[in-house]
Formats: sequence, structure tokens, C-alpha cells
Amino acid sequence: MSTNQTQIVGQSIQRKEGRDKVTGAMRYVDDLLFPEMWFGATVRSPIARGRIRSIEFTGNLPWHEFTIVTAKDISGQNCTALILDDQPCLADKFVNHAEEPVVLLAHPDKYLLEEARRAVKIDIEPLPALFTMDDALNQTEIIWGDDNVFKTFLVEKGNVDDVWASADFIVEGEYETGAQEQLYIEPNGMIAMANADDGVTVWGSLQCPYYVHKALLKLFGLPPDKVRVIQAATGGGFGGKEEYPSMIAGHAALLAWKAGKPVKLIYDRAEDMAATTKRHPSRTRHRTAVNKDGKLLAMDIEFVIDGGAYATLSSVVLSRGTIHAAGPYACDNVRVRSKAVATNHPPHGAFRGFGAPQSIFALERHLNKVAATVGLRPEELRRRNFLHEGQTTATGQVIREKLDLDGLLTRALELSDYHAKKERFAEHNATNATQKKGIGFATFLHGAGFTGSGERFLESVVGIEATATGNVCILVASTEIGQGTNTILSQIAAEALRLDYEMIELAQPDTANVPNSGPTVASRTCMIVGKLVESAALGLKQTLVQSGLLTDDYSLDEWRQACAIYIAEHGALKSFSKYEAPPNIFWNDETYQGDAYGAYAWAVYVAEVTVNLVTYETRVDDFVALQEVGKVINPVLAAGQIEGGVAQAIGYALYENVVWDNGTMRNNQMTNYIMPTSEDLPPIRVFFEENPYTYGPSGAKGIGELPMDGPAPAILNAIESAIGVRVNCIPLLPETLMKVMNA
Amino acid sequence: MTIEKITIDCTVNHTAHSIRAYPMARLLDVLREGLRLTGMKEGCGEGECGACSVLLNGELVNSCLVPVAQVSGANITTIEGIAAGDQLHAVQQSFLTHGGAQCGICTPGMVLAAISLLERNPNPTEADVRTGLAGNLCRCTGYMKIFAAVVEACQK
Repeated sequence: MSTNQTQIVGQSIQRKEGRDKVTGAMRYVDDLLFPEMWFGATVRSPIARGRIRSIEFTGNLPWHEFTIVTAKDISGQNCTALILDDQPCLADKFVNHAEEPVVLLAHPDKYLLEEARRAVKIDIEPLPALFTMDDALNQTEIIWGDDNVFKTFLVEKGNVDDVWASADFIVEGEYETGAQEQLYIEPNGMIAMANADDGVTVWGSLQCPYYVHKALLKLFGLPPDKVRVIQAATGGGFGGKEEYPSMIAGHAALLAWKAGKPVKLIYDRAEDMAATTKRHPSRTRHRTAVNKDGKLLAMDIEFVIDGGAYATLSSVVLSRGTIHAAGPYACDNVRVRSKAVATNHPPHGAFRGFGAPQSIFALERHLNKVAATVGLRPEELRRRNFLHEGQTTATGQVIREKLDLDGLLTRALELSDYHAKKERFAEHNATNATQKKGIGFATFLHGAGFTGSGERFLESVVGIEATATGNVCILVASTEIGQGTNTILSQIAAEALRLDYEMIELAQPDTANVPNSGPTVASRTCMIVGKLVESAALGLKQTLVQSGLLTDDYSLDEWRQACAIYIAEHGALKSFSKYEAPPNIFWNDETYQGDAYGAYAWAVYVAEVTVNLVTYETRVDDFVALQEVGKVINPVLAAGQIEGGVAQAIGYALYENVVWDNGTMRNNQMTNYIMPTSEDLPPIRVFFEENPYTYGPSGAKGIGELPMDGPAPAILNAIESAIGVRVNCIPLLPETLMKVMNA
Repeated sequence: MTIEKITIDCTVNHTAHSIRAYPMARLLDVLREGLRLTGMKEGCGEGECGACSVLLNGELVNSCLVPVAQVSGANITTIEGIAAGDQLHAVQQSFLTHGGAQCGICTPGMVLAAISLLERNPNPTEADVRTGLAGNLCRCTGYMKIFAAVVEACQK
């Protein structure tokens, strides 16, 4: 066998675990069985805010057979530890949102368990609750801290207030986005085994094993080696399995500890939708100074998000939304003032894009209004303001990479046949009274990796281990949730070591066995963790070279032999790599200035729509997604990420409406919360440009969240071009459009 | 009144089974828990998502909506009965090649829906594919790679 010279990175190699997925052999948490396993259920608050008066176990049920857990059974701290520890694992004296967990039940018979869940009556004295961001800001009640505010940021560049007087135009606008359910097709679930001797072990559907680990440590007051978290195959996450699994793991473990049995706690769809996190609703206000040539002189942006009842991740969602609020434009004077406020909704949480889709929606809608005010075409206004190499973002980050947004825009408009269609649609619309066609676009960026100092604080570690046969196992806590972690990390390792792809495998994410490579979030798995995998792989090779067992140019047989000898002599062959920030990356947490992200992906998305003025339905007829994401590791997987994200964002723009009623989600079913089906989507045409990033593996940047950002504003811009009416809120349902047009 | 379990004789993946179950037990639970065929998943429990799809006498059904009493004498195929040993069905192979599976939770149902479609219509147009798969929700792929997989599979 000779040295493997074939390039592996850049090839559409088949998904590592794909075979088990197409044959149904893959085991997800609900597919796992343990001997003597019981089932768990959660009894929740029926109202949004109040004081718990009593808990009654009613009905003719054998209550003595049940394991019953309340806040009093918690041996450690009653919290779901995350950034702040303000969210209880089980509500004790007060409830602060509907569906807040209060009592846990376990029983071997899951049908009897469901009867029992309904027979627990929690008597709650209602307290006044807040359901709007305005009520929270106006402090009609104080429900969190001193002022209902989880977090405030101020980003300031130049001085916007010096500019207003001299501007040719000042353009104002207000933009709103709704909550959105992640709607992974596999509902949340956990299995726990727990006792005083062995500690706590959980298996579950989750994105971040070490988040769950941290939460269980606090909940039980156990040392780190007494808590073990293992990821089962996970059927989609999209952020929805970033923080909430810590809560479910805690519940399953509390039940298992008290019952002395393994306990499986699986949510059904209705419970999952009503109780778990959603995308933060938002409101953005823009005030923009622009001169008659279309040059942006000042951007004053107020960004508010509804965090729900507890702090959870709202501060970091707000941070990303704040930093992305001014987009890929060069403007000397920018002020972004942002707030995450408390309401009595269930806590809103992580969802692909993490604040950026909200603030980018506002900006890309607003710039079309600015363009119209100045009398420029939307593409021309953007061309006059795009960031270029050497210029700075709103946080003062100097763009050091080669950046050609003009070229990207030109290509996207060509690929979508934008100009010709614009003309054709004008003619079409002049003669067709009920079917109006339009085309619109959005230009945007998305930062990869944790914001600001985040990656420095995380200090992620990746391991890689060779066996005596020369096969290699990657040790990471980064999870496969459908996005392709297993495949791309294997490709990166195979490329670095010049081995066959088949020789690489990934250890199951298990906190007893893998180092903390950080959470599987923030478009960081490929760029940050992938780079660490590459370094660890090179470290492995270096060890063999330095031991004199391998030369720099080796065949597969020589590699296998070197591994065998090394392991025979030393017992194991492992290499670890720890995150170090690239040079010239600095962030100031106090001023919120500096290099917010190591790298950005850049994109132009174009949507073509037909608006039916009889039914007020909007159909997306064509969609072009062009992006520059550094090196593409696996073209099929990468395109799959973009297509899936665009589909989710089309749902965000047009279909997916969370109906709230006093803080309770009323349409918590797939029957009436509408996500796109195969019949609802246009052809999604994906194009990449490659501009390798120095500090990414083989030059790759992050792509996972990017496609969530652009579609909603592109679609609403297209709708405006079709009907000439400005609508600035999403989801834009037919009934909303009807009201707007008949107003 | 107590409801008694009944015995249901049916064929699952070419094997005869005699199943003891309550008449209104969901076929989904009987297959997953009783026969340990866990390839089908419960995504919604109300017939919207198609993750629990099986072929019942050749028809694609949501097993969460089928009371087991209805399958007496029936011929049931689950995802576990699609590959011939190690030999994947053309649709399964095509899903692998084209990236039709991401998280994999909808994949068993989606593969069965595609097979069912191709059996009824060996040369579907894109519109036929879209309609044929509309009962199976996928949150990962945006369906494009699934369409590509089905188109390629029908060319084989």
C-alpha cells in the first residue's frame, strides 16, 4: 500500500454514520432500553406567574407505587446551571412561566404514569405577569432583578449624534420578529441512572455534553468524576438541544436517584413545543443618516429581545445579535443599544443564528427603505457602503481578509437573473391583478465561533488516539446532530495524516472518555474544533517522527507499523491540542470593541416570490444562496447545511407562528404550527466561493448558522418589490398581509 | 369494564408474528416495543410528520395512527425489512450518495415514502416527488438532497 495522496478535504465523502441512518439501525435515546427501566413525567405550572399554595395527588391511583420528586428532593443547588444560576430545576415557592416544571413522577407503567401526571393538581395563587417587551421595559411589574433587564450592551463607533444635523436624509424604521420553534423531528429525551455509589450517568439527545455535566454537578453537589454524560444519536438540534437538555437530564437523574431504577424521560411533541425554548422574539428600531449619494453617515440601532422568565442564554444571544446589527457595511458612526428583557414566557433560547437573524432582518429591510428614500436601487446603496479590506466593522474590527462583497453581489444577481426578472415582473404585475411577482435580496455576514473572548475562556481541548492497527479515533465532545461533525472531522484528520477516511472514527461523546472541546454551537465545530483536530493529528504524526518510527513521507503500511511499535513500547499513542487564539485577535469586554469573531462568512441571498392577492399567500418561487465560507470541506454536506437553513428561514419568514395566550403556546402541535413541507419550498440553489481562512482547518470557516440570516429579509424585500407595500414583521402570514393591505 | 389483550397474526418484514396487544394499542408501539423494530420514530404522535411511516399491505401509513387491531392478517414492512442483508436498496444507497440523510430521524420514514412513491410511479416528475413526500417532514435538509436522491434512485 502506498502513501495516500488523494485529497480528502473538499470531497463529497459519504456521511460517516450514514448507513445506520438509512437502514434504521441508528439508536436514538428513545430506542434504548435498560433492565428494570422506569418512565418519568413532568408536572408543570398551568399559569405564567404565581405562588405555589399546594400540590395534591388526586384520583384513585396507587400513589405509593410512584416515585415523586419535588424541589425538596434536590441535594445540591436547585438550579439549571448555565451562565447565571437563576433558573430552578424545579419550581419551589413561585412559578415564573407557564409549563415551568414543579413535580416529577416515575413509574414502570408509562400509561398509568400519564394518568398520574394529569391527576397531580398544583394550586397556584396567580400573580400579575408580563408578556410584552414594552411592559417589561416600562416595569409594569418587576419580575426579574431590579429592572426586568437581563443584559444591556452598547456598541459605539464615532458619534452618531454629531451627524444628524448635517445629513441629507434621516430614515427611521421599526422591525419585529416572532418566536420560532426549532422543531427537530426527534423530541427531547434523557435516560438516567443515579445512586450514591456510582454517581449520576445520563444518556440523551443533546448538543453539549459538558453543559449537561456542569448542570448535574451543581444539582447533585457531586465531584466531576461522579457525573457522566453520554450523547445518544441526536435527531436534530438547531440550538434547541443546547441548554434545555440540562434541565431534562436533571429531572431524569433526580427521579432515578430516588427510584433506584434507570428512568427514561422522553417528551412528546406537545410538551416539547410548549415547554422548551424558542427563538427570541425581537424588536429593532433604526435611525439612519445618509447623504444624497447614498453614503451611510450614521446608524443608530435599538435592539430588544424577549428572554422569557429566566436569564438562560439571553445575554449571549443578545451579544451576537448586537454585533451583527450593523451588517457588512462600513459606516463611521454607529451606535447599537441593546437589551434582553424578562417576560413570563418560557425562556427563549438558542436557535441557529442566535440573535443575528433578528437584527439582520431589521437591517436588510431597513436598507431597502434607505435606498428608496435616497432614490437609489437597493443593490446600488449597498455597493456604496460595503466593507472592504482595511475598513472596520461596528466594533472596530479591521477586516484583514480579502473581501469582495461587490463581486459577491454581482454574481448573486447574475445567478438569479435579478435584473431581467425585475423588468419582466414589472410588466407582469402591470397586467395581472391577482398574482404579483417580485424579487429581492439580502447581503449579510455571520461570525464563526464564540463571540469576543468566548473561545479564549472556553479553552477547548481535542484529543486524537491511534490504535495498534494504525486506525485513529478522534476524541471530542462535539456532537453529530445531523450537520456532519463525524464526517468533516474525519476528513480533516485523514487529510492531516494522509490516511484513508475509513481509518478514522469518532469516539462517542462521553464526558468520561472525551475532553471538553466545547459546546456544539455557534458555527464553531468545523472552524474551531476542526482546527484543533488538525493540530492534534499533526501532533500524533510528530510524536512518531520524533520517535524515529516514521519519516515525513510515509506509506499506510509504514504508518500502521509505526503505530504498532510505538503502542507496544509506550502503551498508548495520543495527542491533545488546546485552543489558542490566532495572533492579532483582541476583544475588549468592557467597551465591546475589537475583533468580535476570528472570521466571518459572507453571503448574498436572492428570493423570488409570487404574492397571491386573492388568498394573500406568498410563495417563494426560486432561491439563490451564494456565500463565501473559506474552504468547503465537504460540498454535499455544506450545501445540505445551507439548503436546510434556508428552508428553516423560509418557515421563519412566512409560516412559523407561535400563538401565545397568557404566556402559553396554544399551537404546540405539528398540525397547527406550520413548517415547510416538500411542496412548500422553491428550488434552493446553493453556490460557494472559497477564500481560505488562515486559521481554519484547510482554510474552512463556519457555515451552520449563516443560512438562517438572509432568507427572511430577502423574501420580505421581494414581497415589497411585488406589491409595493412595506411589511416589517415576521412571520408574514396571509392574514397579516390581508390586514396590512386592507388597512 | 376491563379491556383484554387480543392476539393478532400478521407478517412483519417477511416473518410471521403472533402478537398479544390491546386492540387500540398503536402499531407504532407494538412494533417498537414489542418487536424492537426501532427504526420508525415517534415524531409527533398525530400523523403529521411521517417519522413513524411503515408499509401496510404496500401502502404507506403513519403507524402512530393505526390501532393494532387493524393489522390482523396484514403484511407490514418497516425500514428494517428494506435492505437485503448487507445490500442496500437503491433508494437507501441514493440517500447516502446524495446527502439525503442528515440527523437521520426522518430518514427511515422518508426512505419508505420514496420507495412507496417509486412503486406507484417509477418515473415521477419533480412535482410528483414533492407530492409523494409531502407527508414526511424533514427539518434538516430542506428536501433538496432528498429530491436528488429519489430522482437518481428511479433512474436505476
